[in-house]
Amino acid sequence: MDHHITVPYTREEASALHSGDMVFLTGTIYTARDAAHKRMDEALNSGQELPFDLKGNVIYYMGPSPARPGNVIGSAGPTTASRMDKYAPSLLDLGLSGMIGKGKRTEDVRQAVIRNGAVYFAAIGGAGALLSKSIVSSEVIAYDDLGTEAIRKLTVRDFPCIVVIDAEGNNLYETASKEFCTL
Amino acid sequence: MLREFDVHVITDTVRDLCIQASHFLSDDMKAALEKAKQTEKSDLGRKILCQLQDNLKIAGEEMIPICQDTGMAVLFLEIGQDIHLVGGNLTDAVNEGVRRGYTEGFLRKSVVKDPIFRENTNDNTPAVIHEEIVPGDKLKITLAPKGFGSENMSQIFMLKPAQGIEGVKDAVLKAVKDAGPNACPPMVVGVGIGGDFEKCAILSKKALTREVGKHSDIPYVAELESELLETINKSGIGPAGLGGTVTALAVNVNTYPTHIAGLPVAVNICCHVNRHVTAVL
Repeated sequence: MDHHITVPYTREEASALHSGDMVFLTGTIYTARDAAHKRMDEALNSGQELPFDLKGNVIYYMGPSPARPGNVIGSAGPTTASRMDKYAPSLLDLGLSGMIGKGKRTEDVRQAVIRNGAVYFAAIGGAGALLSKSIVSSEVIAYDDLGTEAIRKLTVRDFPCIVVIDAEGNNLYETASKEFCTL
Repeated sequence: MLREFDVHVITDTVRDLCIQASHFLSDDMKAALEKAKQTEKSDLGRKILCQLQDNLKIAGEEMIPICQDTGMAVLFLEIGQDIHLVGGNLTDAVNEGVRRGYTEGFLRKSVVKDPIFRENTNDNTPAVIHEEIVPGDKLKITLAPKGFGSENMSQIFMLKPAQGIEGVKDAVLKAVKDAGPNACPPMVVGVGIGGDFEKCAILSKKALTREVGKHSDIPYVAELESELLETINKSGIGPAGLGGTVTALAVNVNTYPTHIAGLPVAVNICCHVNRHVTAVL
């Protein structure tokens, strides 16, 4: 099933998204990958505020290539989500409602997704030129010194992704590959 | 008779290769993706393969890198023994080419200075350079920028000789299954068998630069490549790991003599953006 939803979204809206559904996101999302997660973790541990409000929001695990003059952003596809598994459960418990990445997650992350009624989306890895077309604005809002790993606020229009882990904990990576496995 | 060769030519060539590889996939890879689209049995899988083709089109037409991870620059240099390099240091010349390619080409700088302290070098240097002295007076440069989504899923196995070819097959299948969706399938699987610990790793990386669809000259190795590809494509992982019958586009195997006590096997996995470009100077 296809859905068009706006970000940020509510827990109720997230509950309508099921593993295997195509979703087109419109609104604001935030990028963060390895180094930004480490900084956010340090900020939380020392009682500081995070650079953006997590509530209802979605983090895109992505570090773009530089924009050519006249372009909003460069190539902008997902990075492997598992490197953020260490940090994701605490961010979800603080209100984060979704993550966009690619690849497997730990059981801890899956449980945190269920507990918080969140969603783990996959975008197509290695399709960064295509995905950049759904990004209409990009602004670095924190950790500028991290270069490609800085936190960016992105405005997206019909950004295509697929629900991998839904709020009930169903995991498309497990179900879909079983369907075609003939080993 | 020695051929004098100015290293500045190497810098210019490496610069151009970096930009070319990041925006244009080679014809063998394009053909393999087209074939995958024809054979994939999953509807979603076919849709994803179409998107990957759309992505390649946009990348080439608008000069937006195929993937934002424009990789760590890996170079294989085959240097003719009758060449005399002049005008500077070879390693510096290569790194200058990488610096210019990644900066002038709007490519992502993904290299950190120290593996623990992790400060970005901001120009994607240094490159990983493998040099080989060969007969003749030519210089062959192969650039294979490697993204780390798939590099992180690569594995090395120090098998026992008694495990034989079945052990090799199990090792390759294990690496592919462990990689799953993380390595951005459909993947290209480079396998090195033999040599020692580091030799088999280099063999597996170099195997990724072989034209996809071209088999090994050694009959049993060519057969192994076909069999492994067939087995991998029964795993069900599929395009983007979302289920399907095309998990790999090719398995390329390189071998080398080894020690009586060993059977090293390296599996270097590459995503569908298997970038490899060559220039002969």
